[in-house]
Amino acid sequence: MHNFFFGIYPYIAITVMILGSIIRYDRDPFTWKSSSSQMLRRKQLLWGSILFHIGILVIFLGHFFGMLTPIWVFDALGISHSAKQVLAIVAGGIAGVMALIGGGMLFHRRLSDPRIRQTSSFADIAILGLLLAQLTLGLSTITVSLQHLDGYEMTTFMAWALGIVTFDFSAASYIADAALIFKLHIFLGLTIFLVFPFTRLVHLISGFAAPFRYLFRPGYQIVRSRRSSSARSETRQ
Amino acid sequence: MKVRAQIGMVLNLDKCIGCHTCSVTCKNVWTSRDGVEYAWFNNVETKPGLGYPTDWENQARWNGGWERNKSGKLQPKQGGKWRILANIFANPDLPEIDDYYEPFDFDYDHLKSAPEGKAFPTARPRSKITGERMQKIEKGPNWDDILGGEFATRSDDYNFEGIQKEIYGEYENTFMMYLPRLCEHCLNPACVASCPSGAIYKREEDGIVLIDQEKCRGWRMCVSGCPYKKIYYNWSSGKSEKCTLCYPRIESGNPTVCSETCVGRIRYLGVMLYDADKIEQAASVENTHDLYDAQLGVFLDPNDPAVIEAARADGIPEDWIKGAQESPIWKMAMEWKVAFPLHPEYRTLPMVWYIPPLSPIQNAAEAGAIGMNAGMPEVKNLRIPVRYLANMLTAGDEAPVVTALERMLAMRSYMRSKTVEGVIDEGIAERVGLTGRMIEDMYKIMALADYEDRFVIPTTHREQVEDAYDMRGGCGFTDTNGCSTGISKGSLFGGSKKSLKMPTEV
Repeated sequence: MHNFFFGIYPYIAITVMILGSIIRYDRDPFTWKSSSSQMLRRKQLLWGSILFHIGILVIFLGHFFGMLTPIWVFDALGISHSAKQVLAIVAGGIAGVMALIGGGMLFHRRLSDPRIRQTSSFADIAILGLLLAQLTLGLSTITVSLQHLDGYEMTTFMAWALGIVTFDFSAASYIADAALIFKLHIFLGLTIFLVFPFTRLVHLISGFAAPFRYLFRPGYQIVRSRRSSSARSETRQ
Repeated sequence: MKVRAQIGMVLNLDKCIGCHTCSVTCKNVWTSRDGVEYAWFNNVETKPGLGYPTDWENQARWNGGWERNKSGKLQPKQGGKWRILANIFANPDLPEIDDYYEPFDFDYDHLKSAPEGKAFPTARPRSKITGERMQKIEKGPNWDDILGGEFATRSDDYNFEGIQKEIYGEYENTFMMYLPRLCEHCLNPACVASCPSGAIYKREEDGIVLIDQEKCRGWRMCVSGCPYKKIYYNWSSGKSEKCTLCYPRIESGNPTVCSETCVGRIRYLGVMLYDADKIEQAASVENTHDLYDAQLGVFLDPNDPAVIEAARADGIPEDWIKGAQESPIWKMAMEWKVAFPLHPEYRTLPMVWYIPPLSPIQNAAEAGAIGMNAGMPEVKNLRIPVRYLANMLTAGDEAPVVTALERMLAMRSYMRSKTVEGVIDEGIAERVGLTGRMIEDMYKIMALADYEDRFVIPTTHREQVEDAYDMRGGCGFTDTNGCSTGISKGSLFGGSKKSLKMPTEV
């Protein structure tokens, strides 16, 4: 059972996420969007959206680099496991609270404002609920972490994550003794990966791509020409 | 010199009767769908008024268009690239749907299904977004039609800038005009510049600005970037939409729906050749007064042999060069100088131009005292203040507007003299810097306005760029899913597919 959830389920979730996203992008690019509802109701969105997005991006990047950077890199840099754990607790805690407050505002707006409620799909509400549950779980793990600041348990998670992405099939055993709350947090996180391509979450990819597209585009204007080949586009100014 | 061609439009406001036929036919064709009920790719405003969306001309509030910074470079007024990206989570300059209006429908069915009662049944409004009852309709697509509302509100109109406006609130001095608006298909579009996804583009062959619906990610920066507020966010599909200048019609040589159906025959479509290399320089001239002249400088004379040669070298088809030579837009904008861009101070170099309206002579009671200049009333006696028109069309520079109005008055005077008195008075033409021949040409195109004179639209040469053989048996227009014939009602990815209701056997 443990081996399924933490040794096999990650591969199912990540495969569905990657393949699903590619298929969606290829087959139905019209549905690839942020689904912004700012235009229907500005109230609560400005603060809610900014807090939520900044918080969740910090957490996402923190997890990404914190979990997937091999532990010897930190050892080489002279950062002790304990210091790294404290950093993760403080930074993650602050960002988590920001995201939770912002997400809470957005969730309240989505459920209570008739305009937003009526134009929401099941997936819109469900994914926000999932993210809020995940944020709550993540923040509650801090209480567990605070009881042992030596950073050992954290290193087991890092080993697990690195093991998963490097196809180490004994990865699941590294976290066999972890506290239940951590396991729930990981399971829910993998589930979010699983549903990723079927929700508006896909705008995350565009969000990371947009700055590159936009900042590296020469000048501001875009002109498309049919003349030499149908796909050729040229820019000016 | 880099020659490009664009289909431009001129609207002769002198003949607009404010019937909204353009808006309604456009709506029926393009925006009678979920999510864009509130959107009017074409709308007609009564001026003075706040327009749609409310107060759209006030860029101190909306931050649309371009801004020239201290070093003389242009950047979108809502911010440069970094700033726009920073606003991606929440766009502070985005209008709310209430700034347009909450779309509504009426319970028409209640009129026939209501049970018998003491009161006559009524059709009450219902929101098209939530489906809930609306107690009161607060705003509509044309809320200040025919000077609706009080002058105090209406006079917040941005075009009153620099005018002692109080007297225009008096009944005797009030004035009114119509302003039909659509996407300007600018030479320097701020919407294109604001799009982080690069989904909006200008077409090289005809200058039409379009949004690639498959690349749009709904970051909604174009909505705030466009100073004319002519990009609409579809709240149902999550994508931005805009006027397409009816490109499928234009490509086949037909006028846009709004132009075709205009009962006042005020709309003109034609080719303008322009120099793409001059756009940046023209849009960034220091003084906003000079923007109108700067834009004239971007246009290329289609009769100039050097231009023709360069146009051929840049791949402009022969019939487009011929179209440019016969273009009514060229005549009105460049030869007679009676048409002007809408709000050139936004620095977008718009390509839908307007002929300012003449208006009744002020104070009919004082008719005897009207200042006449060689048989023609003076332009300053017209009911619509020239400064008002100048604020709208030339960034406040009155001289070109005065010349245009004088030429239109001269046209009337000349033709009256010719047809009523049988006298051809070349003097009238000379005084406004024209010739009798030019005035007769003006009369033919602006007053008679035959279909062939209004619309000079060469067809698009797809055959030069596409291999029709490869396209045979293709699937034509599709709803993005390629040529798939797989039929599914719902979409796995959150969208819903609308099935076409076909008659079935009973």
